[in-house]
Amino acid sequence: MVEKPVYPKNGRTLSAAEIDCNFEDLHRPLSAAQAMGAADSCIYCYNAPCVTACPTSIDIPTFIHQIKTGNVNGAAETILSENILGGTCARACPTEILCEQACVRNLNDEPPVQIGSLQRFAVDHLMDQQGAHPFQRAQSSGRTIAVLGAGPAGLACAHRASMLGHDVTIFEAKPKSGGLNEYGLAAYKMVDDFAQREVEFLMGIGGISVRHGQQLGGNLALSDLTDNFDAVFLGVGFTKANPLPLPGCDLQGVENAIDFIASLRQAEKKSSVAVGNNVVVIGGGNTAIDAAIQAKRLGGNSVTLVYRRGEANMSATAWEIELARTNGVVIRLWAAPVAIEGSARAEQMTFNTMSDAGGTYQPTGESFTLPADHVLLAIGQSMNKSGLENLTIDGGKIAVDATGMTSMPGVFAGGDCVKSGDDLTVQAVEDGKQAAIAIDQFLRNKKG
Amino acid sequence: MTDLRCTIAGINSINPFWLASAPPTDKQTNVERAFAAGWGGVVWKTLGENPPVVNVSSRYGVHKDRKNGIIGINNIELISDRPLEVNLREIEQVRKNWPDRVIIGSMMAPIDERAWKELAIKIANSGVHGIELNLGCPHGMCERGMGSAIGQVPDLVEQTTRWVREVVDIPVFTKLTPNITNILVPAEAALRGGAHAVSLINTVNSVISVDLDAMAPTPIVDGKGTHGGYCGAAVKPIALNMVAEIARAQETRGLEISAIGGIETWRDAAEFIALGASALQVCTAAMLYGFRIVEDMNAGLLQFMKQKGYRSIEDFRGLAVPNTVDWNQLNMNFDTKAFIKKDDCIECGRCYIACEDTSHQAISITELGNGRREFTVKNDDCVGCNLCAHVCPVPDCIDMRPVDNGLPPLTWPEHPANTMGVKNS
Ligand SMILES: Cc1cc2nc3c(=O)[nH]c(=O)nc-3n(C[C@H](O)[C@H](O)[C@H](O)COP(=O)(O)OP(=O)(O)OC[C@H]3O[C@@H](n4cnc5c(N)ncnc54)[C@H](O)[C@@H]3O)c2cc1C
Ligand SMILES: Cc1cc2nc3c(=O)[nH]c(=O)nc-3n(C[C@H](O)[C@H](O)[C@H](O)COP(=O)(O)O)c2cc1C
Ligand code: SF4
Ligand code: SF4
Ligand code: SF4
Repeated sequence: MVEKPVYPKNGRTLSAAEIDCNFEDLHRPLSAAQAMGAADSCIYCYNAPCVTACPTSIDIPTFIHQIKTGNVNGAAETILSENILGGTCARACPTEILCEQACVRNLNDEPPVQIGSLQRFAVDHLMDQQGAHPFQRAQSSGRTIAVLGAGPAGLACAHRASMLGHDVTIFEAKPKSGGLNEYGLAAYKMVDDFAQREVEFLMGIGGISVRHGQQLGGNLALSDLTDNFDAVFLGVGFTKANPLPLPGCDLQGVENAIDFIASLRQAEKKSSVAVGNNVVVIGGGNTAIDAAIQAKRLGGNSVTLVYRRGEANMSATAWEIELARTNGVVIRLWAAPVAIEGSARAEQMTFNTMSDAGGTYQPTGESFTLPADHVLLAIGQSMNKSGLENLTIDGGKIAVDATGMTSMPGVFAGGDCVKSGDDLTVQAVEDGKQAAIAIDQFLRNKKG
Repeated sequence: MTDLRCTIAGINSINPFWLASAPPTDKQTNVERAFAAGWGGVVWKTLGENPPVVNVSSRYGVHKDRKNGIIGINNIELISDRPLEVNLREIEQVRKNWPDRVIIGSMMAPIDERAWKELAIKIANSGVHGIELNLGCPHGMCERGMGSAIGQVPDLVEQTTRWVREVVDIPVFTKLTPNITNILVPAEAALRGGAHAVSLINTVNSVISVDLDAMAPTPIVDGKGTHGGYCGAAVKPIALNMVAEIARAQETRGLEISAIGGIETWRDAAEFIALGASALQVCTAAMLYGFRIVEDMNAGLLQFMKQKGYRSIEDFRGLAVPNTVDWNQLNMNFDTKAFIKKDDCIECGRCYIACEDTSHQAISITELGNGRREFTVKNDDCVGCNLCAHVCPVPDCIDMRPVDNGLPPLTWPEHPANTMGVKNS
């Protein structure tokens, strides 16, 4: 077996097989014996703090207990009843800042229970059996709901709404469902086409249809939805990459990190995706980290992540930053991009050294240049507002009340496009689920 | 110098650890490996008359804890299935090869005086240090009128013991079955029959699990199963009680005890000795881990004795017997309360839910606001049941602290609420 990951050394490029190997599971799934061992360390807490720390409130002690008793499908149902995308969350959640951070084992200076891995064990077990869908729809309400966006928020909303007896139609711009599960999460977190398998599993509930190629603000208007459906849910995410207005940013070899990741996720063969020799990633969030690690695993010879402030200011979690370092990504802090230089292609990039000494963030007067034939920009995303002109926007996000309803009655929103918790898959799922429950109430209260 | 030598029924042993009569003592090879590993003695696998019994295939079932550890096994094996002569020649050989180790010959026969006497003489002639009467096997052999079929009838316990005593001049151990209601009854019968010592317990009658696919009890023999003999860690509490009953009863005072049942560690051994056992026998632990486990049984017991200042097994043997009393002799005025050490508590809530749902609602939770919780015992409500201390996952985090209430000791017979007139026995 090839030890993974493999990086290019002494100018040697990676073979397609080595690259494939680099994009296998970041964490191998637990074997049954490993799962038993991991489950054993759970204390079966009462009112467990890990549950409070999970945005979707999965009953963690119960599902781990169920793994211990050998009721693994029951464990999966416990998970999925709160979080229908429990499979993706088990792979992508930053558990180190969520459930596992809250695990009481930490208080004893012990490693926390491997909640994420156990969750994956249970959900995969159920999904791999490809049996009947575990949930049933309530009696039909005769109501219809339009969901815009087939990302985690939209899918979770659709599933819960269908369970509650409503008929759902999802409108999605992209050719595939899944949102960032399909186009954004790092490839080594979502191997074996998991996003699509999970969508298919979720659709097993029935009562949900998806129409792809439907672009709000393009071939679709919000009024098309409000006119034809009893309620609308908007889960449009934060899909527009923020531009970095720099000299040279139109040179060849400069692209948005999310586009680079999306093309990698969509590539049949990872080795067909071009990666530079000297990759420079600009940004300090998880997107920057993911882009840098994946560039490295694709065979990028030197990959440097440059962030304008200090490590404490990076929005990426400490665990992700560590992962980047162990993958050979060089992290340079306190450096602001000035220009990308080159003739037709990017060749190098110049930075000002920065400092916040004395309380003001400013250049130190020094600058440096890095060779850069591939520049990935990850300085944040924003909402694509086209089609949403009639809604109140607050701080760049759709304004919603406590139930998730926007300024337009009957139109709800959730996920990255609203201000709820962190911009995470699991939060989007919770938003979608809660919105479906609120929509259900809204429809029940509505006469006629 | 602290040492582990012990004496039972006049037999000296280099340490108190013997292998019980069972597969580990079935053959010369096993027994010599055991002696090489450090066991002080063995009770040879039970011998019967010729022709030897025939065993079935699929013989052991298992009871596991939630961590997949084995807490008990059960077996449906019979006695030695090899010819008597082969066993006796091997015993002679091992006696020669290992002169400082003890070999006890275990035997069983149908209820027939001649059968018992002839077999006992043959075994004694092989040079064993003593004879153990297997009156306990709760499966198979009992259906043929042997094993527990004898052990459950006090007169037959006495009779078989006497028969063997009459024909051999070496110590006789009567091995008791736990599958009775009061262990004192067969123990007294053995004493009347002239037993030098009793060995207990043999296995506990059990169905260890049901295979839900085959819909049959395990171990399964071609689709069917039968009740078998349960042993290992899980039976230790049963054995401890029976040993304690014999050790503290007036009627059986002085009857020596070879304790058996769930001994896996030096600590288990020390507990049996504290309750009066003169020597110990082990079966399941050796079957699960191999003969090497005796190394720490010896070393651990020695450490314990050194730490406590006991120079010999006799120094602490039976020390817990006077403290083992009838319920009616307990002090009703004694009061103890749970105390949670806040610094050790990891806030799992297990104590809370145990007390709240099933005990006395004596633990409160205070939300500290920052996601942290504080668990506190409400002294007025705590009855001192120990449940919380047992379920707490952090060792020694919950202390049971005696309350100094200044009240004199008071037993139930003396208690004002004893309106039924219960008296001290
Ligand atoms: C590179 C990257 C890596 C990430 N890694 C992690 C991770 O490891 N763990 C984690 O928890 N979170 C991660 N996140 C965040 C997570 O992916 C998001 O929080 C989550 O996907 C938000 O779900 P959503 O449904 O709100 O939006 P999205 O997943 O963005 O889905 C929105 C959907 O709406 C569709 N849509 C948008 N606009 C329109 C329109 N006008 N008309 C029609 N359809 C439209 C989109 O095509 C998309 O399918 C990552 C994000 C990125 C960018
Ligand atoms: C497989 C097996 C066979 C046994 N055979 C005998 C036997 O032939 N004679 C006997 O007196 N006891 C027999 N026993 C009982 C043991 O000697 C011992 O009394 C019992 O297992 C309890 O001790 P333990 O908990 O250390 O195993 C047998 C036990 C087992 C597990
Ligand atoms: S906090 Fe940790 S130990 Fe307690 S239930 Fe949650 S995972 Fe289990
Ligand atoms: S000792 Fe019993 S009654 Fe007291 S707090 Fe603990 S569980 Fe409750
Ligand atoms: S069981 Fe122990 S660790 Fe858990 S809350 Fe109670 S005292 Fe604390």
